[in-house]
Amino acid sequence: MLIPHPLLGPRDAVEFTYLGDASLLARPDGLAEGADAAFHDYVYLRDNPAGVHRELWYHEQGDRSWLVVTRNTVTHEILGAELARDVALAMRGAK
Amino acid sequence: MTRLSGGLIDRSRTLSFTFNGRSYPGHPGDTLVSALLANDVRLVGRSFKYHRPRGVFSAGSEEPNALVTLGSGARAEPNTRATVAELFDGLEARSQNHAGPLGFDLLAVNDLLSPFLAAGFYYKTFMWPKAFWEKLYEPAIRRAAGLGSLSMQPDPDAYDKGFLHCDLLVIGAGPSGLSAALTAARAGAKVILADEDFRLGGRLLAESHTVDDAPATDWIAGVEAELASLPNLRLMRRTTVWGAFDHGIYGAVERVADHLPDPGAGVRQTLWRITARRVVLAAGATERHIPFANNDRPGILLAGAMRAYANRWAACPAQRVAIFTNNDDGHRTALDLLGKGVQVAAVVDTRPDATALGPYRTYPAAQVTNTWGRRGLTAIRVAHEGGSDWVTCDALGVSGGWNPNVHLASHQRGRPVWDAAAQAFLPGACPPGMIVAGAAAGQGSTHAALHSGAKAAQTALADLGIVANLPDLPRAEDTPLNLRPLWHVPGKRRAWVDFQNDVTVNDIALAHRENMRPVEHLKRWTTLGMATDQGKTANVTAIAVMADLTGQSIAATGTTIYRPPYTPVSLAVLGGGDTGAQFRPRRLTPTHPWAQAQGAVFVEVGPWMRAQYFPRPGETHWRQSVDREVLATRAGVGLCDVTTLGKVDVQGADAGVFLDRLYCNPMASLKVGMVRYGLMLREDGHVFDDGTCARLGAEHYVVTTTTAQAGPVFRQMEFARQCLWPDLDVHLISTTDAWAQISVAGPQARALLGRVVDGFDLSNAAFPFMACANLTVCGGLRARLFRISFSGELAYELAVPARYGAALMARLVDLGADLGATPYGTEALGVLRIEKGHAAGNELNGQTTAQMLGLGRMVSAKKDAIGTVMSRREGLVSDTRILVGLLPVDAAGPVVAGSHLFAEGAVQQTDTDQGWVTSACYSPHVGSSIGLGFLADGAARMGEVIVAANPLQRQNVRLRVVSPHFIDPDGGRLRD
Repeated sequence: MLIPHPLLGPRDAVEFTYLGDASLLARPDGLAEGADAAFHDYVYLRDNPAGVHRELWYHEQGDRSWLVVTRNTVTHEILGAELARDVALAMRGAK
Repeated sequence: MTRLSGGLIDRSRTLSFTFNGRSYPGHPGDTLVSALLANDVRLVGRSFKYHRPRGVFSAGSEEPNALVTLGSGARAEPNTRATVAELFDGLEARSQNHAGPLGFDLLAVNDLLSPFLAAGFYYKTFMWPKAFWEKLYEPAIRRAAGLGSLSMQPDPDAYDKGFLHCDLLVIGAGPSGLSAALTAARAGAKVILADEDFRLGGRLLAESHTVDDAPATDWIAGVEAELASLPNLRLMRRTTVWGAFDHGIYGAVERVADHLPDPGAGVRQTLWRITARRVVLAAGATERHIPFANNDRPGILLAGAMRAYANRWAACPAQRVAIFTNNDDGHRTALDLLGKGVQVAAVVDTRPDATALGPYRTYPAAQVTNTWGRRGLTAIRVAHEGGSDWVTCDALGVSGGWNPNVHLASHQRGRPVWDAAAQAFLPGACPPGMIVAGAAAGQGSTHAALHSGAKAAQTALADLGIVANLPDLPRAEDTPLNLRPLWHVPGKRRAWVDFQNDVTVNDIALAHRENMRPVEHLKRWTTLGMATDQGKTANVTAIAVMADLTGQSIAATGTTIYRPPYTPVSLAVLGGGDTGAQFRPRRLTPTHPWAQAQGAVFVEVGPWMRAQYFPRPGETHWRQSVDREVLATRAGVGLCDVTTLGKVDVQGADAGVFLDRLYCNPMASLKVGMVRYGLMLREDGHVFDDGTCARLGAEHYVVTTTTAQAGPVFRQMEFARQCLWPDLDVHLISTTDAWAQISVAGPQARALLGRVVDGFDLSNAAFPFMACANLTVCGGLRARLFRISFSGELAYELAVPARYGAALMARLVDLGADLGATPYGTEALGVLRIEKGHAAGNELNGQTTAQMLGLGRMVSAKKDAIGTVMSRREGLVSDTRILVGLLPVDAAGPVVAGSHLFAEGAVQQTDTDQGWVTSACYSPHVGSSIGLGFLADGAARMGEVIVAANPLQRQNVRLRVVSPHFIDPDGGRLRD
């Protein structure tokens, strides 16, 4: 597989480490009310779609960027890749 | 049998090879099979299940029968298809899967037992009694049913892997592949042309027809010369493209030295990973057969293969042959054989309107209904309009049409599509960027192949913005097959569909009766297509037979899924040379050369090689060295390279806040110039890693990790920085390799360090326990000093730039001679930390919590660090297991890590299990073995005697529960 790194262009997937569902970006506030339940969901509940999925890849053998890659898990078509930092900052701005 | 005339073999040279120990001659250009046929050897193997005598069936990589073991000794390679084994001088081959000689196989008794070995017999016959399956039935079946055996010796050959990139990958160098490659290469595109054969030309080499009124080889030679002159084309012979992967990546194996008598020191095979922007698949087609009763005798083969042997290799399996066909292609074989002087006994044609195309007898509207000949064909039974005849012949060529090689086109879930006009499955949805040309796309005539290849290349390059002109292509035959489908000859006797796995039409009928009708069920119930040839000559025929039985169309019946590899790929080449020392990168510590000079024994620690202990003259057992190193450290001063522990530099205005969120204990409050022990949790609340966190400046921390977790911790830190808290001003860099770090431990540590520091005050008041500082040593060398202790002694860790590590170690040993300075390795390091009761990898195995380590109070509830919330869940909090020390009641008794702990007298089972021993060693300080372990309610059980059960060795050892701190429990030595 080739991953279109937003800074470095197409890179071979062997350079990356896979983590999983990009919902891990939305970490709950541990000091907030109801944190126990929120963390249960955060740590254990994941969607596992057959189709388009947003997932986290780490360019470990490269520039150490964490990426949010949008991939079709059925065809392995990659629909886009963004720096996870940008996605996370945008989520903060939206809050 | 003597050779026929002509052929693409070099008769000026004779090669000698052996088959089953007997020597035969051959020529350059021969394959093992063509040479065997030229020497009248027809029986080449035994079938998988019934041990029926088998001869060669095809002339290519689709071969189901002629599997042999090539080579001998460590180089013996089983299950090689003899049809594609290029002959060389000294080649050794042996047949497989028989008990006794090939001609009289004792296991042929299986053939008599065939009623019990029909489809699904695995699931039916051997089910009772259940326990017999594993011990009796399966081993016996595996011995009898099988292929060749491995040499059981290490592979002596070298393998390699490489990466290639191109605009256009052309797979197959037959007429369509050659014209595609020529079109693209002339346009200046970067082209790779790969073919599994050792000679370019594909099917053209097997035919007698002309191209531009000259032998096809003339045209091929011209194209080959032009391609060789173009620097933008890479020609890869003996290279099988075996898999189409995601995003235009193709797997290929180049057989670099398999055809050489002596592979020498070079690479035997290379695994190529080809990234292609566009692909033309010109993989050709595979002929199919027509099953009839007893169609598996040696001498019965594909008609196209028979023609290939005659035309390309000047070999024929017999003097007198017959042909069974449902199309005009079968007649071509008859004509070519006649032209070579072979006697054609009859052409049995299923078509009512069939007429002879030459001077041979043709039976129209006829079928072959049985055959005769125990170890080789002697006669066929022909049923025709006027009755039935026995026709004597020594070989029979069978032609049922051609199946396009759609495999690579289907590796990305694309299902082939049935084409009624072509009576064949054609490629369906191809992998992105692939165009199929030639016979693989159903364009089987030479004319059609040439033109579709050129056109495909032009279209593919146009996609890339490269303009390619169609070349002037030569005149070539363009005759239709005129095929009239017949999928099998009906009858009660066994008619083989899949030769390699011994699947017959009756087996398919049985699967149908047992409702295993979908093709995927059919495949698994009968094992159809599951042999090493993956049913290349069987699957489509089987699908048609099943369609016939169900009354469904072939289109509706469909195919099974095609998966890589196209042909078998050895595990050795997939490893690509990454074996032994090359399996993964090996990391050496800065003091490695110094330690080697000291005669250290090394041990693998993750990717690192670390000194395990330093034997001295007279020491005959590792324990002697380790005990000495431990005692010397506790009595004087010990030196150990601890560079392998991960080091991460953390800088920025928010560094403290950031570390507060990574460690469960507070770090922002750490004073500049001080170090704190830190515990990281995973978000699920379990311990992830431990280490130290040193604050060198207001915005500068250095954290250490365990050796094993250095990579994962850094990954987690980057995840936290980029994904969780991107708004913090913090930057990270791994400095593990930049700093050599040496532990200086023992009561004389301060005295020794005093001899290297440049006027730095090491006094307890100026540099107390858990202090850290930047300083210089040895007259100006920049360094970092940390007063931390893993051993429980007065101890420091001194870091200098990595390139000075070995020199610093040598100087410390030298300067400390009078203080008893002693280098120690990882074994002594382990003993020292177990004696002190420090947790390490054995305790931090991913299943333990801070509370279990006795560090539950470190988890701060005042801040939101990774894992804090989940560490409070009831299941973890209610776990009473806690780290304890363990001493054998009988001082000579062993303590074995991994043993499980039980109350004395308790029944030993899962629900009475109270914990386990995590670490154990012999402690020279205590004078007996000691251990650490997690024990239920351990804190309240000091002094109690429990049992450590080690059922693997039938051991029950009585242990006393003690404090995990075997030395200096109040920490006086650390602070001295």
